[in-house]
Amino acid sequence: MIRRNLPFAAVAVAALVLAPLLLEPFRLGLLAKYLCYAIVALGIGLAWGKGGMLTLGQGVFFGLGGYAMAMYLKLAEAGPGGLPDFMVWSGVTELPALWAPFASPVLALAVAVLGPAALAALLGTLVFRQRVRGAYFAILTQALAAALVILLVGQQGLTGGTNGMTNFFELFGHDLAEDAAQRGLYLVTAGVLGVLYLAARQLAHSRFGRLLVAVRDGEDRVRFLGYDPALVKTVTFAISAGMAGLAGALFVPVVGIISPALLGVVPSLELVVAVAVGGRHVLAGAVLGAVVMGYAKTAFSERFADGWLYLQGALFILVMTLAPQGIAGLLARARSGGTRLGRVRRARTT
Amino acid sequence: MSAFVNQLPIGLSIGAVLLLVALGLTFTFGQMGVVNMAHGEFIMAGAYTAFLVGDLVLALPAAFLVAGVMGLVLERAAVRHFYGRPLDTLLLTWGVSLVLQQLARDLFGAPNVQVPAPSWLAGGVGILPYNRLLIMALAVAGVVAVWLYLNRTALGRRTQAVVQNRRLAATSGIDAGRVDMLTFFIGSGLAGVAGVALTLIGPVGPGLGTYYIVDAFLVVVAGGLGQLRGAVLAAVALGLLNSYAEFWSDASLAKVAVFAVVIAFLQVRPQGLFVLRSRVLT
Repeated sequence: MIRRNLPFAAVAVAALVLAPLLLEPFRLGLLAKYLCYAIVALGIGLAWGKGGMLTLGQGVFFGLGGYAMAMYLKLAEAGPGGLPDFMVWSGVTELPALWAPFASPVLALAVAVLGPAALAALLGTLVFRQRVRGAYFAILTQALAAALVILLVGQQGLTGGTNGMTNFFELFGHDLAEDAAQRGLYLVTAGVLGVLYLAARQLAHSRFGRLLVAVRDGEDRVRFLGYDPALVKTVTFAISAGMAGLAGALFVPVVGIISPALLGVVPSLELVVAVAVGGRHVLAGAVLGAVVMGYAKTAFSERFADGWLYLQGALFILVMTLAPQGIAGLLARARSGGTRLGRVRRARTT
Repeated sequence: MSAFVNQLPIGLSIGAVLLLVALGLTFTFGQMGVVNMAHGEFIMAGAYTAFLVGDLVLALPAAFLVAGVMGLVLERAAVRHFYGRPLDTLLLTWGVSLVLQQLARDLFGAPNVQVPAPSWLAGGVGILPYNRLLIMALAVAGVVAVWLYLNRTALGRRTQAVVQNRRLAATSGIDAGRVDMLTFFIGSGLAGVAGVALTLIGPVGPGLGTYYIVDAFLVVVAGGLGQLRGAVLAAVALGLLNSYAEFWSDASLAKVAVFAVVIAFLQVRPQGLFVLRSRVLT
């Protein structure tokens, strides 16, 4: 028990104590952003790594969470009776009814987490019950991401259109520009990630988690044993969507913007890529991958803007061909001196 | 009523574009089960070929060849190692698509380029310009050619045999690897032809393919895997749905409506319009 939790404890100390001490505020903010992505990646690790559901639409859930939070922030800033700035610019004179509930922070946060979970549960029920799976499911989730982006861009007066929403100044009375507020946000994000990671690991080790892996490896056999694979998958998909929603809600005050470009087909896929690079079958791998890829993207885009796409593409091709188990798989292989190689090879069928 | 009639040819023309784009996918995705995310970039390659060639008639075979060879290289170099792992293929080919997009940006520049339409395409019949009619004609010709290939040639029949039962086909003396190569070549080549067609209705940019690829995959999903008639019906239906939904609400809601309809449709026919019956258990 202690040995198993030692790495986690070490990482937690590094993230919660060392990082705020050592990193300058700008870098800490970037790390907070990566941690938000890591929360989404954790959900992908559950849904795809453990459950075999390749979801290419996590951006949708991330975005719903982000927009819910942004709507609250905008309304809090405009004050009672006021209108968010972008609505004034697009000629909206009255607050749309859709916005009204988001004046309450509790409701906004609830929508940010439960909204995506409910949408995923609905989609999952409709799709998994009909035994639509594999690549079909992936394509449907991708189509959902594409549709949402077009919808958000089109409804300028409701959502801020292409520009999305930005210029957030205050969160619960704290000035967001201050270093202290940013550090606080970082700690909250890191804490949320840590708690969710422990919960996800617990879930994966539980009876339910084993059933989930069984569904991934042989859905029909699980059905023949009397379980309902559709229910298992739907619940997992909803949990992963809720995580993405919460990540989106954290992302908005941390980064200070939410826009359709942050949640479309490409950002959704990028996160799946990150999970694959980190190692999809291990939850810690998903988290690691999101942080590593986030950092790599910033580091390379700072130096050669155009090179990043080449590098990302090439890296991805290499990972898929040479190390389908990602960094986590390579580490496991190195630790056990090659004896795991055969097992890893055999396991990479999903 | 007149609005209803007016939207009809527009919907059919959107459907024709979708069909052309999806036609290649019925080969690579439908026949072989490979989700090729780089398919959109093969479309883009076809469009840029038309830009370089300049002549529409010459561009069609040239684009078929260019995109086909790109597909062939992709299949031999990467995809064939991934058969039986469709989700990994999807991610792998997405990496390829990223590289190809950036390559196009470096070769042709990030701004869109315009392929001048030939003068004989000026004008039109009623509200339908000639270029839209030409796309419809291309779509029909494409469908007929694919049908003839699959059902009336020895190679096409071999392709179908490999799809239906790869191991039995291989035992019967069919070289399944060669069939895969050929199928991928044709599917990718058709993407190139679709790219040429797209130059008739809009500018060409590095992101051209990404714009159409999601809808094209939806067509194949709704039509049923590997089913030509399913793809035709689904493309026309989605095209009409798109145009009417855009007309009655707006473009941004239309996409959501199309998505909802596809999901609702899958409740009735989970495996698409037409299903190849099989007893294979996953």
